[in-house]
Amino acid sequence: MLRFLIEKEFKQIIRHPFIPKLIFVFPCMVMLVFPWAATFEIRDVNLSIVDSDRSTYSTRLAQKIVSSGYFRLTDVSSTYPEALQSIENHISDLVLTIGQGFERDLVREGSAKLMIAANSVNGTKSGMGSSYLSAIIRDFADDLRSEQGQMQGAEAVPVIHIAPQYRFNPHLDYKVYMAPALMVILLTLLCGFLPALSIVSEKEAGTIEQMNVTPVSKFRFILAKLIPCWLIGFVALSLSFGLAALIYHLFPAGSLLTIYCFASIFVLVVSGFGLVVSNYSATMQQAMFVMMFFLILFILMSGLFTPVRSMPAWAQTITAINPLRYFIEMMRMVYLKGSALADMGFQMIALAVFAVFFNLWAVFSYKKTN
Amino acid sequence: MISCLGISKKYVSVEALKDITFEVPQGEIFGVIGPDGAGKTTLFRILTTLMLADSGTATVNGLDVVKDYREIRNHVGYMPGRFSLYRDLTVEENLNFFAKVFHTTVKENYDLVKDIYVQLEPFRKRRADALSGGMKQKLALSCALIHKPAALFLDEPTTGVDPVSRKEFWGMLQNLKRQGITILVSTPYMDEAALCDRMALIRNGSFLAIDTPEGITAQFSKPLWAVRSNRMSKLLADLRAGDGVESCFAFGDRHHVTLKREEPGRLREYLANQGHQDVEIDRIQPGIEDCFIRLTMP
Repeated sequence: MLRFLIEKEFKQIIRHPFIPKLIFVFPCMVMLVFPWAATFEIRDVNLSIVDSDRSTYSTRLAQKIVSSGYFRLTDVSSTYPEALQSIENHISDLVLTIGQGFERDLVREGSAKLMIAANSVNGTKSGMGSSYLSAIIRDFADDLRSEQGQMQGAEAVPVIHIAPQYRFNPHLDYKVYMAPALMVILLTLLCGFLPALSIVSEKEAGTIEQMNVTPVSKFRFILAKLIPCWLIGFVALSLSFGLAALIYHLFPAGSLLTIYCFASIFVLVVSGFGLVVSNYSATMQQAMFVMMFFLILFILMSGLFTPVRSMPAWAQTITAINPLRYFIEMMRMVYLKGSALADMGFQMIALAVFAVFFNLWAVFSYKKTN
Repeated sequence: MISCLGISKKYVSVEALKDITFEVPQGEIFGVIGPDGAGKTTLFRILTTLMLADSGTATVNGLDVVKDYREIRNHVGYMPGRFSLYRDLTVEENLNFFAKVFHTTVKENYDLVKDIYVQLEPFRKRRADALSGGMKQKLALSCALIHKPAALFLDEPTTGVDPVSRKEFWGMLQNLKRQGITILVSTPYMDEAALCDRMALIRNGSFLAIDTPEGITAQFSKPLWAVRSNRMSKLLADLRAGDGVESCFAFGDRHHVTLKREEPGRLREYLANQGHQDVEIDRIQPGIEDCFIRLTMP
């Protein structure tokens, strides 16, 4: 009997004007577009330089900054108020002010002051931009110091060179970091939303009424909804593995089997959650709205964009009840670090607990509404 | 057969059903007649195991609707008030699907649905949502019949269907009855009530009367008069104000009137005084609707 029910689901899915396209378009969107868009790498920060010194050093500094590739010099103003004007007109994001006597102070006293002013309307851009700029200036100072050291010979000034090594993501490529996490979002949407909406749509169309008077048990009916969605989820997941390999040359450092194993538990979690929502919703609208609410909450608190550890303590506590958090952690661990199942016992147990919790709730609430 | 004993159901603030008791023997068409919101659908949902009654017991084919709900579902066919087959499946696919869900095949019970299905045959590749209202009802009936149920529950099957299809539909029900299927059918249309073997008039969750259509009309004890004149809307007001008039209701192109004392001559006189012309007063046989209105009168 289950076979006929699943057959029916597939017929309905295939005939749906939108869903079959979604299954292919969605993974492509998620893998081709989002990793480029969801990046914290700042390039082309518009920089305005106020150079009141007009010395060799100040010119060298400006050249060094521009040649770093992160900044685009929009204008060189002669006064600070003029440069501020360019920030206000959205021409530049940062202003670097090199005061009069910059070179003289450096040579005579060994220190000079610079000022960086940032437009913080876009917090990320100004924050990252000014820290890049500071790093370049520090580098510039190191250059000067070592030059002086060479000139003065024996009396070498100590210079500390820092060479950071980025483990697991050597080039600190954001796409490598984002792609595995975006696969989680993909799976959440396909395996959480689809079954929930498909059940609510049967409620809305009244067909569930007709099904309820047949000998089909609720369990079978729901299972027949879930299995096609799981299959779709796994197809989409595999598709995104392929796309990640093809486009970003991103291969999981760990085993794909580990990911599939985790994914199958995660799918139970999100579809269980979807069922709970569908049990409490009478219309698609209600279900959509509730799902959207939780999804946004889950995504923002999952560590997808901002690391969980940098959230305030109370927020970190909340993330403990966010299944997405565990799966995203796991995805990144397997993809970047090559962790095996044994390394992720905690995440595994957490997801299993969620799976049991949501599915029990779903069964329980289904009985109550009937 | 279907039997109900003291079924009551209360929603948050509304009493949907109050102490409903009735019995339908095998192979009978039993009509539940009443306006929207009378509790018809609630009764159907309880009998088809979709809802639990607050009190009372009910059996379908000798099976208890609470205890044996799983077994009952193998033996009843239910056609809800609104079209509830899969709109994105074709006529053929819907029928096949419901046959399979009931562990049977279309072939096995084809003789039961043949008369109905032949009319759908030309459209069998058409999706259910592209069918006309009458065709949809026929498909729904076919799907409810495909597992050869002992009892058929039809909740307002003819609402929103054209008069020709309605007539046809009732013809089909007579055929099914001959095959021994017990049919419980609800309708807000009083003219369809006469086609039932027996019927119950329901209002605000209570059965007002249970009888054959003839029995119901026989309960109408007073002579009934149909009155018309050249000014119908004024006539209604005048009749209601007239002191010899017991009750008066508008019925299409005539008003149905009962009198306190059977003196139609005085009524004619009274109406003439009120300025009515071409007054016609005829004695008529009461219909189901007259009985229903009389029963619901305060």
